[in-house]
Amino acid sequence: MATGVGRRGSKWLAAARTPLGACSIVLLTLVVALAVLAPILWQDRAFAVDTDAIGQGPSGTHLLGTDSLGRDILFRVLVATRLSVTLAVLATVIGVTVGLVLGALPSVLPRAAGRLVISVVTIAVAFPGLLLALFFAVIFGVGTHGAVLAIAFAMAPSFARLAQTLAASVVGRDFVSAAKVAGVGRIRLLVRHVLPNIGEPLVVNATIGAGAALLAFAGLSFLGIGVQAPDFDWGRLLNEGLDGIYLNPAAALAPGVAVVLAGLAFNLVGEAVAGVVGVRTRSARIGRRSVPAAGTAAAEEHGDDALLVVENLQVAFPRPSGWTVPVRGVSFTVRAGEAVGVVGESGSGKSLTGLAVSRLVETPGVVTADRLEFAGTPLLTTPERELRGLLGTSLAMVFQDPMTSFNPTRRIGRQLAEVSEQHQGLPRRKAFERAVGRLRSVRIPAAERRARQYPHEFSGGMRQRAMIGMGLMGEPRLIIADEPTTALDVTVQRQLLRLLARTRTEGDTAILLISHDIAVVSQTCDRMLVMYAGRVVEDLLTGDLAAGPRHPYTRALLAATLELDTDRAEPLTVIPGRPPEPDRVPAGCAFAARCPAATDQCLVEDPVLESVTAAHRVACWHPQEDAAPERAREAVTAGGAE
Amino acid sequence: MTAAVASAGIRDNPWLSFAGRRLGRFVVSLWVLASTAFLMIQLVPGDPVRAALGMTAPVELVNARRQALGLDDPLWVQYGHYLRGLFTGDFGTSMSSGLPVAQVIGDRLPGTLKLAVLAFAVVVVVAVPVGVVFAVLTRGGRRRGVELGFTSTTVLLAAVPEFLVAVGLVALFAVALGWFPVAGRGDASAFVLPVAALAIGPAAVLSRVVRVEMLSVLGNDFIRTARAKRLPARLVYVRHALPNALTATLTLGGLMLTGMVAGTVLVENVFAWPGLGSTIVQSILQKDYPLVQGIVLVYGVGVLLVNLVIDVLLALLDPRSTIRES
Repeated sequence: MATGVGRRGSKWLAAARTPLGACSIVLLTLVVALAVLAPILWQDRAFAVDTDAIGQGPSGTHLLGTDSLGRDILFRVLVATRLSVTLAVLATVIGVTVGLVLGALPSVLPRAAGRLVISVVTIAVAFPGLLLALFFAVIFGVGTHGAVLAIAFAMAPSFARLAQTLAASVVGRDFVSAAKVAGVGRIRLLVRHVLPNIGEPLVVNATIGAGAALLAFAGLSFLGIGVQAPDFDWGRLLNEGLDGIYLNPAAALAPGVAVVLAGLAFNLVGEAVAGVVGVRTRSARIGRRSVPAAGTAAAEEHGDDALLVVENLQVAFPRPSGWTVPVRGVSFTVRAGEAVGVVGESGSGKSLTGLAVSRLVETPGVVTADRLEFAGTPLLTTPERELRGLLGTSLAMVFQDPMTSFNPTRRIGRQLAEVSEQHQGLPRRKAFERAVGRLRSVRIPAAERRARQYPHEFSGGMRQRAMIGMGLMGEPRLIIADEPTTALDVTVQRQLLRLLARTRTEGDTAILLISHDIAVVSQTCDRMLVMYAGRVVEDLLTGDLAAGPRHPYTRALLAATLELDTDRAEPLTVIPGRPPEPDRVPAGCAFAARCPAATDQCLVEDPVLESVTAAHRVACWHPQEDAAPERAREAVTAGGAE
Repeated sequence: MTAAVASAGIRDNPWLSFAGRRLGRFVVSLWVLASTAFLMIQLVPGDPVRAALGMTAPVELVNARRQALGLDDPLWVQYGHYLRGLFTGDFGTSMSSGLPVAQVIGDRLPGTLKLAVLAFAVVVVVAVPVGVVFAVLTRGGRRRGVELGFTSTTVLLAAVPEFLVAVGLVALFAVALGWFPVAGRGDASAFVLPVAALAIGPAAVLSRVVRVEMLSVLGNDFIRTARAKRLPARLVYVRHALPNALTATLTLGGLMLTGMVAGTVLVENVFAWPGLGSTIVQSILQKDYPLVQGIVLVYGVGVLLVNLVIDVLLALLDPRSTIRES
């Protein structure tokens, strides 16, 4: 318990150290000091009637003018602090107490009575506080006492709701269950175990509530329902001041300003304390990023049928500590109708490469490349407006999570149709018909009806097929599919890959398939790029996979693939260690630390992606020559045993 | 279920059951409200008739009035009369003016409604575009300065209650500048200050909510999908992001609209606006309980109706909410 109190104290202290917290605490201290001192110091001057100076404007003797009896407005406003604050705090204390009782009742009362209390609170919470206060003011009568009770009872329902919510979160925790098992009674449980644990948020909310009570009280007194003459609080003064607003606007404005400042003081102190829990750190300003020179060999020759050409692609993000570069110089080509896979562990930069290629990386991310061309059009230099038509019809994207990739508030058919409305100029109906046709072509049963449904009425596999259908609304020449099957179960995976393959052959569409699953890629693609720490480390035909990849990482990946005939008695093959964080990539080969073949050279110099044969590139100082992946497997398991 | 029924039924049923449940709740709340308003009069300490007529009124007059109001009947008889009255539009008679309560309300309600509806329209028309624009400007941690300025301005504006805003506006635009009338209800210019007083605070709050909601929606996967379709930015923001941001905005908007109904009470009193708000305060001060009761009912029904409309709108905007509830 002692540590709990200490932590709580330090939290308030921490709040005082933020600029907002410091300001608000100074303001609150001022308000409290005035409440204590003002009546002692200036009581007489606030009541001194001066019939020679009735309803005057501000002057040397009366800084804010006088009221209808010639009393000094400034001193009256200062003296009114005590009554205004006292009444607000009193109302808050009563309101919170009543609210706590109301909130606790359901857990003490029998079930039916408890439910009744909860539903009464639910209905009451729906009404604005001022209406409730007016309602209770009728019952409790006009005047100071009535108004205090009215505001207290108007606050109570929302505090009851707060207490219920907080208590519900505590009751579910282990120590309460333990106390229950130990046979602690209900009321004791509430007082000893539940209340202390919801105290802090309650105090914070009560502080904010006191600010609201202050404003509400000013409202009631202003209406003439609260404090009655000859007593006066700020609301009463406001009421009297408004009558003479032509003679002396200050008489109405001064109490108004006082109410706002005092209300803010309570409010801000509460907010400051509440805010300390999640202190926001401000990100430091960082300069523009200089683009590192190309790390790859001279540009390779691209055939005439090159659809997507990527050279030295880099993606960088600003971080407080400087730029972090998750994609560090990726180069590859996709030819028309070709299926290329991109494999690698999570964090290897493969998804980001897909997003960068399709111009979907948003600021603050920065994409640079020596060359980035799609269908002959440079993507980085062409203005977005001109690109829109080309990319909208020729480049389709399929994302990983079909559950979140559709807009939940729009019908599936409309989401497909807007592609054609936007880029092919089809009218609404024609576009919708085309959408239905596309859904049918991706084998969605009852496509006509399904097109009118919302995403949540689709299963995951169906949504992913609809996503492919969306890509087919145009005449895509390239589909970039980012982990399209990861979120789906195995049989659905199969269907989807078959659908992608069929789409490819029917439309002569190229596919860039991004996946962590080397098996999926080798089944679907002609060629695959192996990525590690933001680089392509090997580029080979999937047909050559059996003959033996050259890069130790590719070999390790392959060895870690489970197959049906994997001997279950042997330990699972894993790659030891973890890939480097994007902002902490070592100087030499990024894989060196995990590589069984690494030498001193690997730790210092970064290998460049170079051709081994016409269709095979590898970035490694020690490319593996032999055809038996078995050795790699041994080496990796040996490494893992260290 | 046959195929024919299935095709129609699957689409309609969640809606039907949602509408049924929600209407049921509305009716129960109405009954609770009516009963509470009835009990309110019973809970007033002392004799309401005596209180209304004053201490000097002769006993015979008080008794006659009690008889006329049916206050000497058993409670359940009074309750029955009261409920029957509500169904026939009979809210009783005002003790101060002798007019039927329904007539007084009929006279005063339009003034209040005009204020509240106009103010709400201003809030929405101002807050939604402002929130969207500032969300787009400051998304992804851009333009910290703009964000700070926006947040502090709106926090400050929201902290001042509407009747104080009203007093400030009167002092500046009516007294000092003389652009608008101080009080009363004349031509269109008389609406400017009361509507502004009601709208400024809620507009600040709502634009902040719209911005925060938009920012969180813009981080969703389906926004990336919309961008992948190469829709113009305007469409991505307005068609794909905004409807999803509106769910929370509407919930809060509803709370604010009901809060605004309460705000009219204070603002009407600042501007001596001939509406329900100034009437209920007068009748509370005059202890005109039948009139207070009638107006409390009207405000209560207003709040319940707003909540009902908001829930239905939410269900239309976000079809998942109907399912989530069941």
